[in-house]
Amino acid sequence: MSNQKKSPLKDIRAYKVFAIKEGTVIDHIKAGKALQIIELLKLDSNNKIVTLGMNFPSKALKKKDIIKVEQKELTPEEANKVAILAPQATINIIQDFKVVKKFKVKIPTLVEKLLICPNPKCITNNENMITRFKTNVNKNSVKVHCEYCEKIFDQNEIKNYNI
Amino acid sequence: MPTNLKNKDIISIKELTKSDILNILEKAQKLKQKPQPKLLSGYVLGSCFFEPSTRTRLSFETAMKKLGGNVIGFADPSITSTKKGESLYDSIKIIGQYVDVIAMRHPLEGSARRAAEATDKPIINGGDGANQHPTQTLLDLFTIKECQEKIEGLKIAIVGDLKYGRTTHSLAQALINFNARLYFVAPESLQMPEHICNELKAKKIIFSKHKNIEEIINEVDILYMTRIQGERFPDPMEYERIKNVYILKESMLNNVKKNMRILHPLPRVNEITADVDNTKHAYYFEQAENGLYIRQALLALTLGKL
Repeated sequence: MSNQKKSPLKDIRAYKVFAIKEGTVIDHIKAGKALQIIELLKLDSNNKIVTLGMNFPSKALKKKDIIKVEQKELTPEEANKVAILAPQATINIIQDFKVVKKFKVKIPTLVEKLLICPNPKCITNNENMITRFKTNVNKNSVKVHCEYCEKIFDQNEIKNYNI
Repeated sequence: MPTNLKNKDIISIKELTKSDILNILEKAQKLKQKPQPKLLSGYVLGSCFFEPSTRTRLSFETAMKKLGGNVIGFADPSITSTKKGESLYDSIKIIGQYVDVIAMRHPLEGSARRAAEATDKPIINGGDGANQHPTQTLLDLFTIKECQEKIEGLKIAIVGDLKYGRTTHSLAQALINFNARLYFVAPESLQMPEHICNELKAKKIIFSKHKNIEEIINEVDILYMTRIQGERFPDPMEYERIKNVYILKESMLNNVKKNMRILHPLPRVNEITADVDNTKHAYYFEQAENGLYIRQALLALTLGKL
């Protein structure tokens, strides 16, 4: 009975997310961020099969993206990188078609190199140097604090990344 | 216990604890009372001003000379290798090999911290763009303490460009340590930024926002004036409308507290009329002089001589 009530979309979504033998599924990515994550983790150049789903309906995010990478288990460092772009993301490690590990990404307290300071007058945008940001997670908002110009930005204000 | 500031960089007021601040003020007071013309004999200050400055540069250089030290440096980056495209990092790394301590001003925000990464010698930030100017804040605190004979629990109004002014941000942050009651007087578009207000709230500092000086002038111990720059306004009409609201005139001082003193980081343009200068409330020229003693104290402390 319950199968008859499921919408066709739900079936397609489940298939796309879970039908993977070995690998990682990055779920609950805020819609529009998946391409950047693929670029950031260099998933496009590791010769593994990557499936990208965009704009799935989501209760928490309204719309979400999903990335499925076959034959690759994301390292904690890689998961931390994902956290900056998609703080709500969850990582599912799949073995033999089953989710063997599932965890939420965690934003590191210090992010080096990755973020480009939105302040054009920050020294980091004017010298050949790496950036350093402290992070502050408060409920659903993520603030990043540039250690150089000392300005505080909402995560959404970060438009460019050192990828 | 104050931190030992020997070989420490003075980049941001937020990095100084209350006891560090009080220690610097105390040392500056001693140097004001009793000059020490040989204290830094044999030491060299690198005075690196990548941007024009009058008071800050001259007072750093005078401070070093009055303590018996020497000064090398520049006041115009166009005569240095910066013009040839040399990075700040390389410039400071090399200058750091010649001198014992560096005072610098640079138009880019975060430049002082970058400079500190390039050298082991102490860097004293004389202003990095719109970010920090800790020696100004320290001399403001020194002056407040001097003219009020205390620093705790005062009523302090900060007037003018509170949105973009680095001086006003740093002063408000430093006053968190001294339980001040703060009054922010500015047009709405130039009011104190939210992140500073949040910091004050978190530390339970009482503050209020006001649109004109008259609302608060008779209540406060310190009236800290700053300049409103016309170019900050996207709409020139708005500037024309408000520019005269934030001008302090002698006639406004009739009912102020006896101990009330007016401070200003200078330069002023027209925000304090000349007739205020001769009242007992004007204290901005003494404030500028105090920069000398604060910078002397910082030079001597970072060189480990106090």
